[in-house]
Amino acid sequence: MKSSEEYEIYVHIPFCVRKCDYCDFVSLACGKDVHEEYFGALLRQIDKTAETMGRVPVVSVFIGGGTPTVPDEKHIVAVLCKLKKRFNVAPDAEITIEANPNSASYEKLKVYRQAGVNRLSIGLQSTEEEELKKLSRLHNYEEFLKTYRDAREAGFDNINIDIMSAIPGQTLESYTRTLERVTALNPEHISAYSLIVEEGTPFYERYKDGKGLPDEDTEREMYYLTKRFLHEHGYERYEISNYAKPGCECRHNLGYWKRVPYIGFGIAAASFYGGKRYSTHTDLKRFCEGDYSAEKECLSESDEMAEFMFLGLRLTGGVAKEEFLATFGQSMDEIYKDKLEKLSVEGLLINGDQVMLTDKGMDVANYCMSEFV
Amino acid sequence: MNQDHIRNFCIIAHIDHGKSTLADRIIEMTGLLTSREMQAQVLDNMDLERERGITIKAQAVRTVYKAKNGEEYIFNLIDTPGHVDFNYEVSRSLAACDGAILVVDAAQGIEAQTLANVYLALDHDLDVFPVINKIDLPSAEPEKVINEIEDIIGIEAQDAPLISAKNGINIDQVLEAIVEKVPAPTGDSAAPLQALIFDSLYDSYKGVIAFVRIKNGTVKKGVPIKMMATGATAEVVEVGYFGAGQFIPCDELSAGMVGYITASIKNVRDTAVGDTITNAENPCAEPLPGYKKVQSMVYCGVYPADGAKYPDLRDALEKLQLNDASLFYEPETSIALGFGFRCGFLGLLHLEIIQERLEREYNLDLVTTAPGVVYKVHKTNGEMIELTNPTNLPDPSQIEYMEEPIVNAEIMVSKDYVGSIMELCQQRRGRYVSMEYMEETRALIKYELPLNEIIYDFFDALKSRSRGYASFDYELKGYEKAEMVKLDILINREEVDALSFIVHKDSAYERGRRMCEKLKDEIPRHLFEIPIQAAVGGKVIARETVKAMRKDVLAKCYGGDISRKKKLLEKQKEGKKRMRQVGNVEIPQSAFMSVLKLDEE
Repeated sequence: MKSSEEYEIYVHIPFCVRKCDYCDFVSLACGKDVHEEYFGALLRQIDKTAETMGRVPVVSVFIGGGTPTVPDEKHIVAVLCKLKKRFNVAPDAEITIEANPNSASYEKLKVYRQAGVNRLSIGLQSTEEEELKKLSRLHNYEEFLKTYRDAREAGFDNINIDIMSAIPGQTLESYTRTLERVTALNPEHISAYSLIVEEGTPFYERYKDGKGLPDEDTEREMYYLTKRFLHEHGYERYEISNYAKPGCECRHNLGYWKRVPYIGFGIAAASFYGGKRYSTHTDLKRFCEGDYSAEKECLSESDEMAEFMFLGLRLTGGVAKEEFLATFGQSMDEIYKDKLEKLSVEGLLINGDQVMLTDKGMDVANYCMSEFV
Repeated sequence: MNQDHIRNFCIIAHIDHGKSTLADRIIEMTGLLTSREMQAQVLDNMDLERERGITIKAQAVRTVYKAKNGEEYIFNLIDTPGHVDFNYEVSRSLAACDGAILVVDAAQGIEAQTLANVYLALDHDLDVFPVINKIDLPSAEPEKVINEIEDIIGIEAQDAPLISAKNGINIDQVLEAIVEKVPAPTGDSAAPLQALIFDSLYDSYKGVIAFVRIKNGTVKKGVPIKMMATGATAEVVEVGYFGAGQFIPCDELSAGMVGYITASIKNVRDTAVGDTITNAENPCAEPLPGYKKVQSMVYCGVYPADGAKYPDLRDALEKLQLNDASLFYEPETSIALGFGFRCGFLGLLHLEIIQERLEREYNLDLVTTAPGVVYKVHKTNGEMIELTNPTNLPDPSQIEYMEEPIVNAEIMVSKDYVGSIMELCQQRRGRYVSMEYMEETRALIKYELPLNEIIYDFFDALKSRSRGYASFDYELKGYEKAEMVKLDILINREEVDALSFIVHKDSAYERGRRMCEKLKDEIPRHLFEIPIQAAVGGKVIARETVKAMRKDVLAKCYGGDISRKKKLLEKQKEGKKRMRQVGNVEIPQSAFMSVLKLDEE
């Protein structure tokens, strides 16, 4: 492991006021005493990891969840202090925290900002009351507006807003309204996801047959509208679901697709370094008792090549053949010639010095990417 | 032992009426086996048979019974397969017996299959005596069943033992009845050898083991023998009789005895069931009557899911055939499925059993094509071909006419369901023959049905329409002229040979439409629109469309959980691998299988 190599850090906060019906991430609603216990364990995990890894340089921190703004802000401050003490966090590091309206008060936001958090990601999803209810979100549009203004007031000049399409009951008209209202606020970054009905969620039981969801044509219209509308308002798509004003791309997010090594803390957190991928278990109780064990996957060279391709292709900029050669000592054409040509013939991929998916390719990204695994 | 003290018999019963359980009790009570040695059901020693609750291969067991008169008797219990697919095997097993025990369920009464087997037994001049089983069931009505047996079959049943094979009640009465009611064999031990083969199996050490009933003469080690129908000759290596689950050698087998012969024979086809073994140097004047060459009734294509497993499939079929002379196979090639085999079976059950054994015992993943029957195609040039693979159907212009196999079917059902069963038979192009009421509540319906109409889902349809109470039996009647057409399936305008089948012209539209609907659900969306068409003679009669894939993207990828994403992509790729490429369309294997069962509407 090169000591000069730069790392990203992800911290998982698995707490929510209540879990949304469509959510399949690891999150729980529980009391303050559990928060105390969890953060205690989290700080010990950071210590323990730092002992083996050393004071490596860190270029970005992402505090996600769950809802990181649910537990008392003192915990977040403690985590950030610990990270800065144990790792060489760059002065200009991008430090993001996820927030939900309601649980992020002005005071909390102010404290985060003072502790060094410089990017805020707010889960709005929709500006329509009916749609928010369908998603079982706890906030309304008014409350979101307050949080957004509070964040600006507290000094956040880099804000992301999450929005969602294909929500039950959503129409092109209502979705357009969400897009208009969000862009009017002028955030730096917008994540626009299409709702995925995941198995194991209450949504799956409700909508697995597709009834009640916007039909396929409408869903596709929304998807195309997102790109067109946001482009007209100064946001460029740089990844399948992410849009930003020039220069405001999420550095942390980009790191995932460019295979920058990262260390994850907390339950269910993933890590990637030294040619291996790790996924920590999801048992809160065991974690609090000091069990930080993770499932480990060693990547072979062909795994690494596959990752290079299918992760890099999520970015609109795609992957560079030159970089592939520099990384693996073999040319991309040597390894993937047939597949690149096939996808190119199908109109899904541009096969130049830079290899990237076309718009049509982005629509069926999984189909394209599965060629490389 | 003297012929007077030998009893050769079988048990006939409907499925689930307790044949195997009674056999177990007889073996147990005659004391050759301790309870500890007993497997749950000694006669059914294949796992598969046990799970399905039916007996596939005829087997035999010899036990010694000390009767109440103080004398010892040899019982040769010959087991018979209990399914209509194996009618011929049943008939040969019956020919090896002198008497039969008819087991009837005290609650269910007589079923179509019971009748068929009783008539078969009476045809072979066997003395049949009834026992009433499951008398301890709350729903048992032994008196009613006794009357039914006397009325319908016309055999004396008033003194039939009332038993529970499961709980061992009154089994001793059965044993005494065997001594009293099954006649002792007759035959001349000094005459030229005449031995009936009623089964055979292949053993890797002994070669073929032929199961025989000696009708006349004597056979022992060193005797040169000849199989009269197949013409095969060999020298006897060993003779013996059947212990429970094992072969016990003895010095000689003489007239009236049941046992086995080994003679270093390599192929079960040389010892065809029903053939007569005689002494090659002192042959009998003529073979025993009743030998028939086994005919496959149902054919289908069997392909390995993974093309590389073709040699494994070939080896497995070869091994299965060693023990199953009625399994036929020959190599064939399909554009869609690659290299495989066209296999012939006695019936649909036989097909399913072989398929399951290939998958289970040989660990093969299979793709099978729709089962079909043998059509006789009369060409304009006077030639007649027996068609087993739809793709070999000559051009319609060369066909004078076609014939399809017709069966005589007997369906027994309670009177509430008569209407819906008759409706089903009409739908399946059945020709009504007769209906008689067996008693107030039950009727025996006779129909002539085309075989190709009953090999698909007729059993299932019958069951669902009668709430499981109908029983069914059939035998081949012969061939009749019929207007058959070949239905082709085109996927993205390319004909998929493995999906073609022969169908009556009146059902072509309906079947074509349902095939298209089913395939539409089975074929995943591609980047382009895929038309699925059913065509007869190049004319499209039904169409469905698989819409183009417009979205296949995992928008969310969160917290750096790349491993999970990768697994998803791997799964997607794995799924693609298991598909068959036809033109530029990938067809999942399940699509070939799903069309085998087009549900009743």
